[in-house]
Amino acid sequence: MAQPLNYLKETASQTAGPYVHIGLAPGDAGFNIYANELGRDIIGPNAKGTRIKVTGTVRDGTGAPVKDVLIEVWQANAAGIYPGKGDVEDGFRGWGRVISDFETGEFTFETIKPGAVKNQNNQIMAPHLNLWLVARGINVGLNTRMYFGDEAMANAADPVLNLIEQTQRRDTLIARAGRTNYHFDICLQGDEETVFFDV
Amino acid sequence: MTSDELYQRDREWHPPAFTPDYKTSVTRSPRLAMLSLQASESELTGPTFGQCDIDPIDSDLINNYAKTGDPIGERIIVHGRVLDENAQPVPNTLVEIWQANAGGRYRHKMDTYLAAIDPNFGGCGRTLTDENGYYAFRTVKPGAYPWRNWVNNWRPAHIHISVFGTAFAQRLITQMYFEGDPLIAKCPIVNTIPDSRAIDQLVAALDLNATVPFDSIAYKFDIILRGHRSTFFENRPEGN
Ligand SMILES: [Fe+3]
Repeated sequence: MAQPLNYLKETASQTAGPYVHIGLAPGDAGFNIYANELGRDIIGPNAKGTRIKVTGTVRDGTGAPVKDVLIEVWQANAAGIYPGKGDVEDGFRGWGRVISDFETGEFTFETIKPGAVKNQNNQIMAPHLNLWLVARGINVGLNTRMYFGDEAMANAADPVLNLIEQTQRRDTLIARAGRTNYHFDICLQGDEETVFFDV
Repeated sequence: MTSDELYQRDREWHPPAFTPDYKTSVTRSPRLAMLSLQASESELTGPTFGQCDIDPIDSDLINNYAKTGDPIGERIIVHGRVLDENAQPVPNTLVEIWQANAGGRYRHKMDTYLAAIDPNFGGCGRTLTDENGYYAFRTVKPGAYPWRNWVNNWRPAHIHISVFGTAFAQRLITQMYFEGDPLIAKCPIVNTIPDSRAIDQLVAALDLNATVPFDSIAYKFDIILRGHRSTFFENRPEGN
């Protein structure tokens, strides 16, 4: 026997369940309790950069929309700075919560397009939003990224996208670009399964 | 910036994505391998919250939605610490909870269980840990409730808990159960977790020392987030 290491174990995850909105977005569950509901505004009033709107649907393995998903967004500002890592605009939180429509499953949120950020090896990562998905039936929250379809050059050089061996699967992380709107569907399972990350 | 990286998540400790006895997971579980990444600032930073974001009453579920009196049910205190795998406290981190009322009914427009809505109980709370990682909520003990997984399943009494930590990759949602509940062992959601020690870690202990005599009984529940790696030797710098 060797000495015990005495590390603690991370608390195991459990599904957020169908009523995640009560805890994290009670207004959407159908009642008002908090004066200040968190995650409603990703960027605040002073954010510089291009304002964008993102829409999409999360689909299950049968192609059906997931109507009870909650997505958290975490992003840098337009200069590529994460809050806590340097000065960002007053009120810029970089974090938000989005839920899908209970009837249609479509989600929508507004933010600004983030700037590029360097990874630990000083390589430039293309602009991206970090997403974390929870819902009934998802046992451990799923991490993924949304890249921008109008950043073809930056995406081609992105060190994370380039890790994806099946090159056609890289497209699962790239939102279709309109003028200021982006469309990003997430597939939990199936032929178009989105690339999820173990980070 | 090399010191912030986290211990890898022990995927054998967490439930796998595909757990057919919990039927909803069947079509909602990714089947392809996740892509393992070296974390970057995108994963190692995360949102922070302050006292200005919340109200002190938010952590008191007995009072935070009361309209005409106290909610019905067994008055409880749920308290503990948020620590990381190195047993270091995680201070000033946001802890959010939600739960059914004492009858097992959620205040949610999609919940149609026949148990009564309690007009004085909302069912959600939030707080920040203090400088020692300590948190406390006051609430009523939630009831068990039925759900159609197999024909006749009952969830053990539980409180849903969401925690942030300092890195987006520490983000965690889990459920807390109550010591001594016979429904825990029968729950297909609990049993998505393969290791019984990991299940035991989700069961809050009755804590008589923390009760308020003639007022509230107490349960203690510590929450462990992923730990940060310490760097004893710098990596060879890349690119120079
Ligand atoms: Fe529940």
